[in-house]
Amino acid sequence: MANNKRLFTMLIPIISVLLGLSAGAIIMLVSGYNPITGYIALWNGAFGDAYTIGETIRRTTPYILTGLSIAFAFRSGLFNIGAEGQVIVGWLAAIWVGLAVDAPMIIHLPLAILASVTAGALWAFVPGILKAKLGVHEVIVTIMMNYIALFSANEIIRKVLTDGGTTTEPIAATASLASPWLQSITFYSRMHYGILIALFAAVIMWFIIERTTLGYELKAVGYNQHASKYAGMNVSKNIVLTMVIAGAFAGLAGAMEGLGTYGTISVMSGNINIGFDGIAVALLGANNPFGVVFAAFLFGALKEGAGEMPTGAGVPTELVDIIIALIIFFVASSYIIRWALLRFKKGEK
Amino acid sequence: MFDILQSIVPTALFYSAPLIFTALGGVFSERSGVINIGLEGLMVMGAFVGIVFNLTFADVLGAWTPWVSIIVATAVGAIFSIVHAVASISFRSDQTISGVAINMLALGLGVYLTKLWYGKGQTDMVQQPFYTTDIPLLSEIPIIGPIFFQGVYVTSYLAIIVAFIAWYVLYKTSFGLRLRAVGEHPMAADTNGINVYKMRYIGVILSGALGGLGGSVFALTIVSNFSHSTIVGQGFMALAAVIFGKWHPLGAMGAALFFGLAQSLSVVGAGVPLLADVPQVYLLIAPYVLTILALAGFIGRAEAPKASGIPYIKGNR
Repeated sequence: MANNKRLFTMLIPIISVLLGLSAGAIIMLVSGYNPITGYIALWNGAFGDAYTIGETIRRTTPYILTGLSIAFAFRSGLFNIGAEGQVIVGWLAAIWVGLAVDAPMIIHLPLAILASVTAGALWAFVPGILKAKLGVHEVIVTIMMNYIALFSANEIIRKVLTDGGTTTEPIAATASLASPWLQSITFYSRMHYGILIALFAAVIMWFIIERTTLGYELKAVGYNQHASKYAGMNVSKNIVLTMVIAGAFAGLAGAMEGLGTYGTISVMSGNINIGFDGIAVALLGANNPFGVVFAAFLFGALKEGAGEMPTGAGVPTELVDIIIALIIFFVASSYIIRWALLRFKKGEK
Repeated sequence: MFDILQSIVPTALFYSAPLIFTALGGVFSERSGVINIGLEGLMVMGAFVGIVFNLTFADVLGAWTPWVSIIVATAVGAIFSIVHAVASISFRSDQTISGVAINMLALGLGVYLTKLWYGKGQTDMVQQPFYTTDIPLLSEIPIIGPIFFQGVYVTSYLAIIVAFIAWYVLYKTSFGLRLRAVGEHPMAADTNGINVYKMRYIGVILSGALGGLGGSVFALTIVSNFSHSTIVGQGFMALAAVIFGKWHPLGAMGAALFFGLAQSLSVVGAGVPLLADVPQVYLLIAPYVLTILALAGFIGRAEAPKASGIPYIKGNR
């Protein structure tokens, strides 16, 4: 049975991705495109040459971190829809420090990264404390916090960081994660050192969850709050801490965009979707840090490859968004996939 | 003062209408025990269908086009919400996740089809949007008339009427009682012979219909075309209205009117002496801050329907 369970956990994401891609092929057929040409274009857009591979990795970097953020919260039974807002405040804080502080790299870069982590953690602290002290559902609060982050960040960009402009100046080179070396081996893609930070963050999450008392308690709270309380764990402290750590991961994702990819922050008209895509990443990665890395890479490749689809096959890039949405549905409805697999197994006997 | 009211009230009503429709949808869904984060996606779908239908049939239907468009958008929204219903009721998936997926799917599909049919990322402007009118008879009333009934959209008043109908249905009919029972205590309802799954399907489909209606009204009164940035967060604002209005149709209407007022102040506030000095950002974030405060119990306690978010599995205690 235990073996079976592990098999299912592995199978469901794989089946969901296959189902999603098949649905994508059907949509292309119905719209009069050639699915094979479409998927070849997708592949070339993601892995066609050194440049696209670099860009795919660049896109994967924040996905790893938002995926970790949401997966970490899920582990203690909390749903962090607020990664979106935490990314925005993290991004803003990193740029702010990158612009306002004048220091050598050894101080400046860590300081900017720390600022993003702190901002994300603070942003998640609000829903955490409300959940712990007042039992307010964190989903709603985190959604509201997303919009507060969006509008406040836009205001700060317009009034504080620029003089009524929409994009800030580029940050000082001493706070940048950009890597001339990584750029030179990938035909000047925007790949940056952030990927190492993201991978390291995955290891940190694994360590917290699997090797510390805190991780054990977080998992216990996720399984059964009342039992954890009875066992003498401080449930409300754990809830707050989980949200804070989750927010820190998401804030760091903002630093990846700010310090790594763009070097600036611009006024946003709506959601930037890195946080919402992180939900898909966490789900597909089965809330496991290394699963998250794989899932982030898959979505990074899909999103990057989508850019090639209009030129290579005439297919609108949004097809990939539809595929990702369908994959989420399939993973979320794993109960039915599980049921189908069991039926299938019974049929064999 | 009079001029200020005359500029603010119609604008507030005009921003509120889509929020009222969508929030009422949210009330039906949540009251039946299904969380609906997908309101945003349902609005996107409604906006897309409303605009496309309007562009396609404007020559045939003439002045009736916007009315037929919102009816079609309502129907398509209802059909589209079945995806969320199946996933969260029959397949027992996490309702929040399913809602997030609905949002992604609607935007992806809408923009994909826009590019497929029009060859670009946004549609043309519609030829037959809703226009402001004076409500006959009522606009003749001194003082009140010019403020409330001149230069308004009929849809704004339709929204308020629908809110009262929703309240009647939820609180004064046996259907409404069943719907609420299923959201509070599905097992007890089931024991009494109410079909929990059926009621929840109806709740979600109603939210799809009203969300589609809200989205199309938004598109045909405020933006007049469809692109990826037609609906940016209005669905979530409607969700905030559901909660701030304590899951009650009239409360949700009041909250939506209030949020619409905040939005209209951020638009016309510059002309108002008192508000000219208030930075716009406070008006923009007000709905969300207030919702958090309401949830935290600082502005009266907001209690969600007890079974909201929990899939019902027959035979489980």
